[in-house]
Amino acid sequence: MSVTIYSIIAIAIAALCTFATRLVPFALFGGKKEVPQIVNYLGKVLPAAIIATLIIYCVRSVDFTSGYHGAAEISAILLTAVLHLWKSNTLISIGGGTIFYMFLIQCVFV
Amino acid sequence: MDKSAIKYAFNKTLPVLFGYLFLGSACGLLLYEAGYNFIWVFFISVFVYAGSGQMLLASLLAVQAPFATVAILTLLLNSRHMFYGLSFIERFKKAGKMYPYMIFSLTDETYSMLCSTTLSKTVDDGKIIKAIALLDHCYWIVGCVAGALLGQLLSFNFAGVDFAMTALFVVIFVEQWKSFKSHIPVYAGIICSVLCILVFGADNFILPSLILTVGSLIALRGFIEHGNTKREAVKVCQ
Repeated sequence: MSVTIYSIIAIAIAALCTFATRLVPFALFGGKKEVPQIVNYLGKVLPAAIIATLIIYCVRSVDFTSGYHGAAEISAILLTAVLHLWKSNTLISIGGGTIFYMFLIQCVFV
Repeated sequence: MDKSAIKYAFNKTLPVLFGYLFLGSACGLLLYEAGYNFIWVFFISVFVYAGSGQMLLASLLAVQAPFATVAILTLLLNSRHMFYGLSFIERFKKAGKMYPYMIFSLTDETYSMLCSTTLSKTVDDGKIIKAIALLDHCYWIVGCVAGALLGQLLSFNFAGVDFAMTALFVVIFVEQWKSFKSHIPVYAGIICSVLCILVFGADNFILPSLILTVGSLIALRGFIEHGNTKREAVKVCQ
């Protein structure tokens, strides 16, 4: 399969799956049916657990046992979290963390 | 579309404008680095229209991940969106013909905008929610295309810009951490991930880990909800 065809199919899948997740509550509960308790419960607790998993997913290929032991990733993640706890401004947190990380891997831990 | 509704929505969505121009550029840049120029990026941001979803897509496209992985990861990453709609089942009906579009365009930012927009006395709510959804989508497309063009035109060293995705998740994480009283779900997610990395390896851990997390959260339900109500009770007493 060519890269172009692969990409078109993968993008279409991502688009459909994204739409599907947004459609679920309207499809299921649009007719004023009660939301089952287990769904409400998972809706509350799952996002935090999934996001924690995704952060680990982002750093999965970092080698914590040798080299710089993931120092750039750990310090940039901490800076992002501290900035966000302090200012609660998504722009500052993501911008600050990303620029700091780029600086670290391009200039410090090279 | 009504001018006053657009004006109202524009003033309201200014924070999203800046947020999306920035986040969109980061996303467009990531897609460009993964080998997709601004034309691709335009269509991706029109049809996929998800911040973290598109960043994840960039990393999946870069390694030509299997379709099943693309589908399952996108579904899981966006599973939080399943709960956004619950608040708007009635309100979206005011959008008339654009009802399906309102569902399609319900991103994190549009959700929070709509939550914070109370009924206006002067402008029709149906028109306002349509204008908010459309404007946010436009900001996102402009941001993403700008990012891809930036990557193409500037010969700046963008190594490490992919950290924007990690930073976005850290930001969402901090907000979740503050809003939910029990931190057991977070620990469950971390423990299951580490266990699954040890068992399945770093490249295959995410699916078993998420399944294990859902299972353990269902098993711990009584414990987590009990802990929450107990703390809430203490708060009320104080």
